[in-house]
Amino acid sequence: MQTILRLFLVKNAGDLARLGVILALAGLILFGALRYDNFLSPYNILSFLRYNSMFALIALGMAFVIMTGGIDLSVGGTAAMASVVAALLSPYHWAAGLVCGMAAGLAVGALNGFIITRMRIQPFIATLATMLAAYGTGLLLADNQSVSVSYDSGFTVIGQDDFLGFPIPAWIALAAYVLGWLVLEKLPIGRHILAIGDGEATAGLMGLKVERALAGVYLASGTLAGLAGVTLASQFGAGQPTEGVGWELFAIASVVVGGTLLSGGSGSIGATLAGALLLAMVFNILNFENGLGWISLSAYWQSVIRGSFLLVVVVLQAKLMARHRST
Amino acid sequence: MLLSMQGISKAFAGVPALKTASLDVEAAEVMALVGQNGAGKSTLIKILTGVYRRDEGSITFDGRDVDFSMPAMAQAAGIATIYQEINLAPQRSVAENIYLSREPKRFGMIDHGAMRRGAEAVLKTFNLTIDVDRPVAHFDAATRQMVAIARAVTQNARLVIMDEPTSSLDEREVAILFETIRTLKRSGVAVIFIGHRLDELYEICDRVTIMRDGQTVAKSPMADMPKMALVRHMLGKELAAFQAMAPEADAPMRPVRLELDKAGAGVRVRDVSLAVREGEISGLAGLLGSGRTETARLIFGADRMERGAIRMQGQDRSFREPADAIADGIGLVSEDRKIDGIVPDMSIRENMTLALLPKLKKAGIVDRARQDEIVTRYIRALGVKCASPDQPIKELSGGNQQKVLLARWLATDPRVLIVDEPTRGIDIGAKSEILKLLRNLADEGLSVLMISSELEELLAAADRVTVLSDGMSVATLPRKDLSETALLAAMAHQEAHQEE
Ligand SMILES: Nc1ncnc2c1ncn2[C@@H]1O[C@H](COP(=O)(O)OP(=O)(O)OP(=O)(O)O)[C@@H](O)[C@H]1O
Ligand SMILES: [Mg+2]
Repeated sequence: MQTILRLFLVKNAGDLARLGVILALAGLILFGALRYDNFLSPYNILSFLRYNSMFALIALGMAFVIMTGGIDLSVGGTAAMASVVAALLSPYHWAAGLVCGMAAGLAVGALNGFIITRMRIQPFIATLATMLAAYGTGLLLADNQSVSVSYDSGFTVIGQDDFLGFPIPAWIALAAYVLGWLVLEKLPIGRHILAIGDGEATAGLMGLKVERALAGVYLASGTLAGLAGVTLASQFGAGQPTEGVGWELFAIASVVVGGTLLSGGSGSIGATLAGALLLAMVFNILNFENGLGWISLSAYWQSVIRGSFLLVVVVLQAKLMARHRST
Repeated sequence: MLLSMQGISKAFAGVPALKTASLDVEAAEVMALVGQNGAGKSTLIKILTGVYRRDEGSITFDGRDVDFSMPAMAQAAGIATIYQEINLAPQRSVAENIYLSREPKRFGMIDHGAMRRGAEAVLKTFNLTIDVDRPVAHFDAATRQMVAIARAVTQNARLVIMDEPTSSLDEREVAILFETIRTLKRSGVAVIFIGHRLDELYEICDRVTIMRDGQTVAKSPMADMPKMALVRHMLGKELAAFQAMAPEADAPMRPVRLELDKAGAGVRVRDVSLAVREGEISGLAGLLGSGRTETARLIFGADRMERGAIRMQGQDRSFREPADAIADGIGLVSEDRKIDGIVPDMSIRENMTLALLPKLKKAGIVDRARQDEIVTRYIRALGVKCASPDQPIKELSGGNQQKVLLARWLATDPRVLIVDEPTRGIDIGAKSEILKLLRNLADEGLSVLMISSELEELLAAADRVTVLSDGMSVATLPRKDLSETALLAAMAHQEAHQEE
């Protein structure tokens, strides 16, 4: 058993969980491919990637936040608000929509960072407050309805067009993940983030600049949520102040399924991506199952099934990790 | 003068911890900083490095007035610190821990290869060959301490501060550390060395600064300060005689309460037989790595026994987990008190009675009066220095935290108490108090299994000593045969060979 694990570069319990999520993802893909005719059709693959890229983006930001032992509940509200800002500014220039949408996210992230590091408020409380504030701001700006984007400035290209045969949002998400991986694995700040999650006081005593790093992760999480909002507006042609509800839970679930401990101090970028894809894949498969026409699952049932699946994966992981630890 | 701290005062929530304390250190000298538990040594250090802000006083370092507001600044100015509570990131690898905050880089990115090689190289100078890619949490207290030391000495600092660096090291490791300190000294680096073991202080330090109750009460070259004078300055009175509670040499043999018969598990415990009698203190000696702690874990059910038998009052037992052992009246005070055991945000009262709560219940709720009585008793008996029993334990000095943990197990009223290095990190005043307390409890019928690396402690307190070597019990010396030479000989496993 140990030697087989070594083969997969499994060195510790965290790696094992990561291996688990990748295997589960591969299993689901295989299941879908065998059971449904068009599962691996280019249309399904491309629309799957296009739609789920925004979730992957917020999951990435969430991964960094959780690695420090924190949590960011504001990402859904931030994305909704950013989508409105982007839509409102899209008539001027496509880049205005993009940059200002991201800036809106960055502003929320900066506020989170400030409240958490300077005013010493628990991340859970701080981001709960900014989540409400962000939703409110979005609704105010949009006047309580969805805001249509401009189709003339080229803003919709971001969400709707392809590049080299793949959806642009997928490229954006891929770039963000490569960057995220570099930061975590190759730059000192990535190691510092993990050390902070391991113990904030200790990290401070070791001479790390804890506040700066913490502010940094919330800034990144906010900005990525802003980018997700831009993608949302561009893809669906409208800024949507009421979207984004529950996105933070999706992101947290992706991160956890990816083997990152909620207590902080460990985590992997690749496994977070796999976790996000895994959860999205369950959705996709449920849609196909409905399409077969034998059963018809309401959205509520889909939620129940997704929740159960999540539970099964997490329990399996915990079991595997406990076994690995005791050997 | 490299460092000069003058008139430093600091109060926590109105309770003074430092009252115009001072400390001066020259370049290339080793300065001992000594004092009882709670005297303010660690606080003084933390004020220097910017963990705490001082209320009053001035600090000059390297000729400049300084006022560090966080440890990162002190580190950048050339002060490397090993804090008393070993400060490493447990889930990060050994190599990362050594280099965290000053990672070797290539093209702006961490050079993992260079980091690994560098870490291996420094640890090699400490005679330590370990897998530096493994998380620090996988290693024992001594190895973690060595990693913390490696981290500090590779920082190219002008001043290295070591707050009780030897408390989890064995003699060989201490020798390595001292060699490292001498090397630092030769290259002009100053060292502040905090410790409670006098022999070590006299061996390595040039000068000594003595603190008592938050004040600096004496400064002197080490050579001009006899041991007795040093202790008097520290305690503010003469030390109660250490030998006073040595048991009588020919006490009658009492029935065996706990017995281990050819026990073994894994490679660390190969063949251990020992017996602890009613009302006696049985010592367990051996070098580091001889399997003492592992034997204790075996008895306590923390590790599963693979071979041999364990008997309580003649009956075979098998403990699957500590809860079974506890139910049978066995308590364990582990050596890793620095890391395990304390719940930092809980009060002294709660920490002390944590293991006791089930017994303290009256009609389902905690009997506060009895709780108070127990807490007050042990605070007094062990001399815990605290503002009140409701103070969070994390605010106590390191040594006082350990006393609380010791009290936690003493208070459970066990039939067998295993204590792993009970006086580690505890000042000499309180040390004899603790040994005396163990002796009193033994006289009342408790069986104590005391693991200790300090021979004088075993000589003073134990009724018999079982010596382990390489996972095997090689000798059991009764009180009348106990001597330092006999113990050392057995630890080196010579006698066993002769007997065979
Ligand atoms: N964060 C804190 N909050 C409140 N009181 C504190 C805090 N830190 C230290 N103290 C108090 O200051 C006093 C000095 O503690 P300090 O840790 O400096 O002692 P020490 O000399 O290092 O002792 P030891 O040998 O046990 O390590 C103690 O009475 C302790 O309770
Ligand atoms: Mg201290």
